[in-house]
Amino acid sequence: MPPKSENPLQFLTNAHVAIVAGKGGVGKTTVTAVLARAAADQGLRVLVVELDGKPALASLVGDIPCLALTPPAALAEYLETHGLGRVAKRLATSGVIEVVATAAPGIDDIVVLGKIKQLEQSRAYDLIVVDGPAAGHAITFLKAPANLLKLVRGGPIRSQATEVAELLADRSRSQVILVTMPETTPVNEVIETAEALIRDPGLHLGPVVVNAFEDGKELAVAAAAVGSPMRRAAEYRNARRDLHRRESRRLDDALDLPMVRLPMLASPVLDRDSIAELAAALEMHQS
Amino acid sequence: MSDLEQILQTAEVVVCCGSGGVGKTTTAAALGLQAAHLGRRCVVVTIDPAKRLADALGVPGGLTNDPVQLPVGDGTGELWALMLDTASTFDGLVIANAADDEQATRILTNGFYRNIAGRLGGTQEYMAAERLLALHVDARFDLVIVDTPPTRNALDFLDAPRTLARFIDHPVFKLMMMPTRRGMRVLSLAAQPLLKTIGRVIGTEVLADAVAFFQAFDGMQGGFRHRADEVIDLLHGDGTRFVLVASPRVDTIDEARFFAGRLVDKDLEVAAVIVNRATPDFGAPHGRRSKDPDKAALHDNQAELHARSIGEHEHVAPLVADTGREPVWVPLLASDVHDVVALSEIRALLFAGSPAAPVSR
Repeated sequence: MPPKSENPLQFLTNAHVAIVAGKGGVGKTTVTAVLARAAADQGLRVLVVELDGKPALASLVGDIPCLALTPPAALAEYLETHGLGRVAKRLATSGVIEVVATAAPGIDDIVVLGKIKQLEQSRAYDLIVVDGPAAGHAITFLKAPANLLKLVRGGPIRSQATEVAELLADRSRSQVILVTMPETTPVNEVIETAEALIRDPGLHLGPVVVNAFEDGKELAVAAAAVGSPMRRAAEYRNARRDLHRRESRRLDDALDLPMVRLPMLASPVLDRDSIAELAAALEMHQS
Repeated sequence: MSDLEQILQTAEVVVCCGSGGVGKTTTAAALGLQAAHLGRRCVVVTIDPAKRLADALGVPGGLTNDPVQLPVGDGTGELWALMLDTASTFDGLVIANAADDEQATRILTNGFYRNIAGRLGGTQEYMAAERLLALHVDARFDLVIVDTPPTRNALDFLDAPRTLARFIDHPVFKLMMMPTRRGMRVLSLAAQPLLKTIGRVIGTEVLADAVAFFQAFDGMQGGFRHRADEVIDLLHGDGTRFVLVASPRVDTIDEARFFAGRLVDKDLEVAAVIVNRATPDFGAPHGRRSKDPDKAALHDNQAELHARSIGEHEHVAPLVADTGREPVWVPLLASDVHDVVALSEIRALLFAGSPAAPVSR
């Protein structure tokens, strides 16, 4: 586990693959884009991989190459590169791929991770940032190789799973970056997820990213009349900041992992500019 | 009376839809609480494995696959809740449809079946729909509120019954099976080269399991298909209402609009829209910005919240235009909703009367 005192941006160069994971609504895609932008700003050759069918990601990262990976496409490519090209087409058109993916648990995750491994081994990129799978599937996704190895005794899928498991187990090659928000339920959830993943010797956790953190000093509520809208607005803001500080402290106490905070954006619109703004905030964090 | 109150008084089924992280589970719980106060015998079905609903409802041991009754204070109705266990619901369906115990056991112990029961795309959604059907005819309840699974596009719930039926009727499986004589089920010769190929990729043990599953499953397809049709009828029935839940973030609004469009495509309508996690608006600050730094900071704070709220209403406007429903706005609370007190607060905000408009636009 990396030491707590680690330089906030150092982690981007710790491994060539960073898998960003978190529950829906916490800003996983935002964090993926911000990490990619910050790494590219540092001069790294970055590739963004998205697994979620979120076309928005490509527009958020601007000139950084972005690859959309889907299990059927990854499986078809896999079959082709393993001398099964002739049948691959037939399998795809007859819908067998869907059936194959169902028959072996996690096979879809394995072929996707296998493609990421192949990109990593090509050495064409210094950092591959993966916008991980949606919602609660992060643990299933990351444990797919280990689970598949228990079930499948032979064949090319087994060797693929073995190679992917090696990628995930090597801290110089890959790390998992968990994303959360500084609120009670998301913090509870990220602690649970982190504990489940830490117990697994085959994975390495990078820092936890706390997204949409409302920072700022305490407003002097007494300067406005009791019950006035201005006073209530200030009380609300103080309570939110207090909640965020408290929850982020609780997270820090619960997990022995470094923490990176991203500030709450002023606008509800996420675009290339706001990503650049957050990436700059992350870089400031460093000094 | 608000759209929401009307829905809770008359509907038999309420489906809460929206993308992940918008507070769908909390909303479902708050609606259930209100329904109980209106005298309904209501059951809330959640699929949220994070046990959030259990926390919010104050169920210490967490929810289970069987409904538990919850205290509702001064309400005249009842509130029940359960957390969907996909695999055991699927098991129940297999047992109900199997010709005999022997067929049920063969399926339930099959490795391939365990995989699809747990993780075939759409299984969770289908089982949520299946459970909905069972609860709808359960005499203990007169209202079922469903918190839909947090799927990528929040649509699978509606398509799920068909997806599973399609899977069962998959041409590949038909190909695997010869027309059967009683008790004699053999692989079709035509399927063998294909199966050999699949076996080379995934390993022969996994494939053997799959073939055994479809052999065991034979004869049950009709029951499953019939059940799927019933679920579809219920979702399209007069007693079912769809409540769209969103947050003011642009990406969740886009998903909500997409979902509203799909409901229309299916001849269904959005009965109400709830926007959670809205920035509370305290209006524009009065008077001039003070030179005193403390007072200026308060002025700026109120102005910033006001501007943010106006921005959020602008972003939600297209959703209002699409659905023709004025949303109920639920402001982001100073603390997170994870206990009964906060849940009651959400309920109060949802049913405060008229939909909250931003102050002094």
